[in-house]
Amino acid sequence: MAKRRTDLGAYQPEIVAGNGLLHRRALLGRGMMLAGAAATGVDGSLTSAAAEPMVDPAWTNAPGSLMLPYQVPSRFEKDVVRAVDNPNNLPRNTRARTPHHLLNGIITPNGLHFTICHGGVPDIDPAQHRLVIHGLVKRPLVFTLEDLARYPKVSRIGFVECGGNSAPLFSNTPIQANVTALHGLASCSEWTGVLLSTLLEETGIDPKAKWIIAEGADSPRLTRSVPVAKALDDAMIAMYQNGERIQPGQGYPMRLWLPGYEGNMNVKYIRRLQLTDQPTMSYYESRTYSQILPDGKAYRFYFLQEVKSFITSPSPGLALKDPGIYEVTGVAYSGTGRITKVMISADGGQSWGEAALQDPVLPKAFTRFRMPWRWNGGPAVLQSRAWDEGGNVQPLRADFVALRGQTSRPPDVGAFPSQHFNAITSWGVSNRGEVNHVYA
Amino acid sequence: MSTRKLALGSAIALVAAGAFAAELPNLGKPITPDDLKAWDITIFPDGTGLPDGNGNSVQGAPIFAAKCAACHGEGATGGVGGALTPGPARASLDGGKSIANFWPYSTTIFDFIRRAMPYNAPHSLTDNEVYALTAYLLNLNRIIGPNDVMNKDSLPKVKLPNAGNFIIRFPERI
Repeated sequence: MAKRRTDLGAYQPEIVAGNGLLHRRALLGRGMMLAGAAATGVDGSLTSAAAEPMVDPAWTNAPGSLMLPYQVPSRFEKDVVRAVDNPNNLPRNTRARTPHHLLNGIITPNGLHFTICHGGVPDIDPAQHRLVIHGLVKRPLVFTLEDLARYPKVSRIGFVECGGNSAPLFSNTPIQANVTALHGLASCSEWTGVLLSTLLEETGIDPKAKWIIAEGADSPRLTRSVPVAKALDDAMIAMYQNGERIQPGQGYPMRLWLPGYEGNMNVKYIRRLQLTDQPTMSYYESRTYSQILPDGKAYRFYFLQEVKSFITSPSPGLALKDPGIYEVTGVAYSGTGRITKVMISADGGQSWGEAALQDPVLPKAFTRFRMPWRWNGGPAVLQSRAWDEGGNVQPLRADFVALRGQTSRPPDVGAFPSQHFNAITSWGVSNRGEVNHVYA
Repeated sequence: MSTRKLALGSAIALVAAGAFAAELPNLGKPITPDDLKAWDITIFPDGTGLPDGNGNSVQGAPIFAAKCAACHGEGATGGVGGALTPGPARASLDGGKSIANFWPYSTTIFDFIRRAMPYNAPHSLTDNEVYALTAYLLNLNRIIGPNDVMNKDSLPKVKLPNAGNFIIRFPERI
């Protein structure tokens, strides 16, 4: 066998960190195959049981079904759905979480984009919808959807993340739940619309304006105060999501999109923008999205979704079957800009190896990372840690909760003890291959 | 100065003056404050935007029982809509944010009730009813007395105990 390896070019997958993390170039075809061979200590051709003889299945011997005007996923994918926490539509807010562990790439399919509504999903007739810009402007104006169709548009890929995403990790003990439950309130799409700065050019801005009160046409008339500086930077009145009109859960027919800013500020069903010299201190900004600190003070106007990453596979519910090579993959993102580096650990942070960042690496968007890992069948703790182009690094959980606090007892998995959790997530792998949420 | 520079200068001046911007469709239609009245409901912490009308807690109690208690519970002790009682002395990561221990501004109570409540019929209350319910919650949270009348002058003067405990996270972004 030693001779065979020599014949193949003496390739040895380079181990870059403890407990089996391999160099990211082992992801390239040949390297991966050989790494697999090395993992089991046998020749590549002997790593799998012999295949069964091939037969033609029924679907190959008969024509297929009717083609739908708007196609839907295969019936075999029926479990790839969002987790909805208010299935009976009780009179309260409802959340639907993205099943990240069942997805791949950087774009969240429209039907799986996370949604939070505080008064149900409104059924808006686009022909009757209006967008008003008024207050400290030179000319208060009303726009229809038809009007906006004629304005110059831009398309940008970017994430939206609820300020409360990952809130279960504020629990003092790790809550056992899957990626959907822990990190499912973030998604990433291509958004197309008119830059808000374009519309403000038409209304003109009074120099006294410092804030824009953004209000939706949903039943709570959800309202947030947005700094004018953000509006002029990269805010968009988004009308398309991944090429089609945005989904009702994302704000049909138009939403405010503030790349990199707390999801709740990205006001859906946007109907009114009031320029003012002061914030309104709405319910959501003064109560819900103000974060209690251990000393009794609280943060206000957090806005920024800071640098973060989590591993989507392996993850709870995706058990490892046999020792050997696995791809450790997940998403990293930052409201500050581009992701510059993601490091992976398989030994609970004792040693780290650099993951491959898959192109495209875009500012304020999901970046898919991948890393080959040889599981030796023993216990492991998988972690990912991201860096962004602003020089920010994803904090260790212990450091993070020392500043931001944690609960004194485990809350319900759906509770929001605080928000803006961006520290490292740890997945513990048992010697049976089960994956659990742990603190390391 | 060249002609081109002059033209550019004029264009900037026009934009600054709110005149039609160059090369945009200019399809926005002007709207008057009168035509916007039904939508222009924002209330600010200094009281700007508060309407005429008034109410006190005694008047608010039966309105709460009739229109709010189904979700918030009798005496606002909680239900599918959550409790609105004073809660613990201090809110923490274990929960318990309340008007008494966390909310910074009394005007937010009026603004949120008027725009979003009751859940099944938002924006259906009269301004007097909203003032009365605001007074009811402020009284329940031991901020004002049962007969204190809330109106556009008195409500912004009601200071909440936790107002001074907030830190702006990224001041450079405002």
